Amino acid sequence: MAEKITGAEALIKSLIAEGVDLVFGYPGGAIIPVYDKLYDYTDQLKHILVRHEQGATHAAQGYARVTGRPGVVIVTSGPAATNVITGLSDALMDSTPLVVITGQVASSFLGSDAFQETDVVGITQPITKWAVQIRRAEDIPAAVARAFYIANTGRPGPVVLDIAKDAQVGMLEWEHKKCDFIRSYIPYPKINEQDLQTVANLINSAKRPMILSGHGVMISGAEKALAAVAEKGNIPVAATLLGLSTMPSNHPLYKGMLGMHGNIGPNINTNRSDVLIAIGMRFDDRVTGDVSKYAPQAKIIHIDIDSSEFDKNVKTDATIHGDAREVLEKLLPLINEADHSEWLETFDKCAKVEYEKVIEREVYRTDGPITMGEVVNKVSTATGDRAVLVTDVGQNQMFSSRYFRYTEPKSILTSGGLGTMGFGLPASIGAKMGAPERTVCFFTGDGGLQMTIQELGTIMEYGTEVKIILLNNNYLGNVRQWQELFFNSRFSQTPMVNPDFVAIANAYGIAAETVNSREQLDDAIARMLNHKGAYLLNVIIDYTDMIFPMTPAGAAVDNIMLNATEKYPLD
Amino acid sequence: MEKQLFTVTVFSENQVGLLNQISIIYTRRCLNIESLSVSPSSIEGIHKFTITTWSDRVTMEKVVKQIEKRIDVLKSFLYTDDEIVYQEIALYKVPTEQLLNETNLEAIIRRHNARILEITKEYTVIEKSGHSDETEALFEELKHYDIRQFVRSGRVAITKSPEEYVTMFLEEQARRAEEIN
Ligand SMILES: Cc1ncc(C[n+]2csc(CCOP(=O)(O)OP(=O)(O)O)c2C)c(N)n1
Ligand SMILES: [Mg+2]
Repeated sequence: MAEKITGAEALIKSLIAEGVDLVFGYPGGAIIPVYDKLYDYTDQLKHILVRHEQGATHAAQGYARVTGRPGVVIVTSGPAATNVITGLSDALMDSTPLVVITGQVASSFLGSDAFQETDVVGITQPITKWAVQIRRAEDIPAAVARAFYIANTGRPGPVVLDIAKDAQVGMLEWEHKKCDFIRSYIPYPKINEQDLQTVANLINSAKRPMILSGHGVMISGAEKALAAVAEKGNIPVAATLLGLSTMPSNHPLYKGMLGMHGNIGPNINTNRSDVLIAIGMRFDDRVTGDVSKYAPQAKIIHIDIDSSEFDKNVKTDATIHGDAREVLEKLLPLINEADHSEWLETFDKCAKVEYEKVIEREVYRTDGPITMGEVVNKVSTATGDRAVLVTDVGQNQMFSSRYFRYTEPKSILTSGGLGTMGFGLPASIGAKMGAPERTVCFFTGDGGLQMTIQELGTIMEYGTEVKIILLNNNYLGNVRQWQELFFNSRFSQTPMVNPDFVAIANAYGIAAETVNSREQLDDAIARMLNHKGAYLLNVIIDYTDMIFPMTPAGAAVDNIMLNATEKYPLD
Repeated sequence: MEKQLFTVTVFSENQVGLLNQISIIYTRRCLNIESLSVSPSSIEGIHKFTITTWSDRVTMEKVVKQIEKRIDVLKSFLYTDDEIVYQEIALYKVPTEQLLNETNLEAIIRRHNARILEITKEYTVIEKSGHSDETEALFEELKHYDIRQFVRSGRVAITKSPEEYVTMFLEEQARRAEEIN
């Protein structure tokens, strides 16, 4: 008979058995037994002490998205559990695998409003893929195994294990068996041959096809298969925000980003295309604009692992339910070689206008204050376009995702679905820990940075080499932009009095400097990238700078503002 | 789109918290649950939910997919009234005194195919099962006798289809489980 161990120790052993070697967390009363056992396992399981539980979840997201493995979080009950809500919601929206372990009061206290008791399962059910409470030590190994299986198969997502204190101290005979089957859950459906043929026929008969590549392509590792299909059929590819880097930026068939601040070509051509091939994306309203005016000429093909996405926002004409990579590999032989040169040229025309009307004055300005776009462009170039881009939310997010260039897959980490300010700093910590060999460049705003700024302490403690580029406009810039464009320039609560960010970074032992003028920029970027260790570059930005092109919220995708006064197409 | 009454059935593992998971799918979409009944199904360990809602087909198809997406849900189906055999049960509590004065009581009970469950000096409990318009009709009639309490159950439903999809699903999954092991 196996020796009995506590539930707390079983949890740790099960995590290790699932291949976990790094967890993000924060201790407290209802999880102390786990932390006590962790003390004996530090050689096998490294714990990163964040400075706020929200930071733990975003760090775990960053880790998960660069590694493709679930990020693990351990926190206590009550306020710690409520602090992880934003991260859970963000991870569900952006299909990120997380296993979040919350301590819970002893089961005899459940429902009594005990100290630091909160209904974690009740609160998190709507924002997780699965949430369960564990009240007996002997249930821990199977629940952990199930959690990992659910989190990282099919469409990934966050999972919560709420472990009552008595389950942590109770004894069990530990045995860990990985989960590979749940009767009520089919993560990888069998691909329907008929659907493949239908889709292939649609693609083969298309005159103006376009691929919309989403996060699902990245999650399933379908980048090569995507390129093969696109190249064989000469089909232009556009990416969603989270689908950026699924095709290298310099690939001749890559035509840019979709959505509110995406490139003109893909957005305009959405409404000219006759066949849209959406892969691992979910027709978010930031991509579609007004759905009633979306892609009126197109037959819509939707390939996704989550069939509940079919016809959810946009009515489809054909679907393939399955893993993106598997589907694309099966589709490849069914697709005819084709020449769509005339169609492809239309993208170039749009790109030319975009360059002249937007990019040139944003990225290559020679006078006036520094713009966000030029900083991003310079940093991207200085890293050989090979860094991992992490963004916060706001103008900084849209400028950095637009002007960064991507060479390798899994090179963008941003909060897409939830748009969580404060996501970036902790996410960049997790990203660097998950991909230590890569340069991690984190672009943020003065508002968003201050939402999780305490994680500078985590960087200090673990020496995490994150390059922080603060695009500092002393404004909640994105909101300011909407106020200027749509609310008569009434700048209600968007100007901000900011602290001395360099002093703050220095106080955390992080090298930092401020850049005020264009002439200083190149050298400062070089100093930042050459510095061994974290670095904060506080770049003072023109606060009047606005992110364009822009499809106003709720307008049709081809209703594109080039700036505050001009629209595309120009007369 | 025109609204009609839809019946959703859900077959799930017997897990704590499933009702919450299902009901929030309705709440988020501002859908009122018209009636709900939950019970063990004919298959051991599997629970069956029967939920009726006034809505349109497009909305309800999305709801069913969202329900099925929950990990512990095995299958969920959408029906209109013509696809199922369904029933509800209603109980009526009426002061006995009032009924004693009624010469037509027998006729009412007979006409509605109702039955009397209990009679005390103070009150009488009448039971009727049927579709909601039928239990409603008896309600209307008994109103004159000062109904003290009235309760109607959620709908229970059985499909007319000869195929037993849940059983088929479980068999297929059992095969899959064997393949994996
Ligand atoms: C947690 C959270 N609160 C509020 C918002 C709304 N919001 C979106 S962008 C933005 C402004 C962000 O300002 P800043 O971080 O300085 O970035 P900038 O737009 O100036 O680059 C705000 C307030 C949000 N997305 N997330
Ligand atoms: Mg700002």
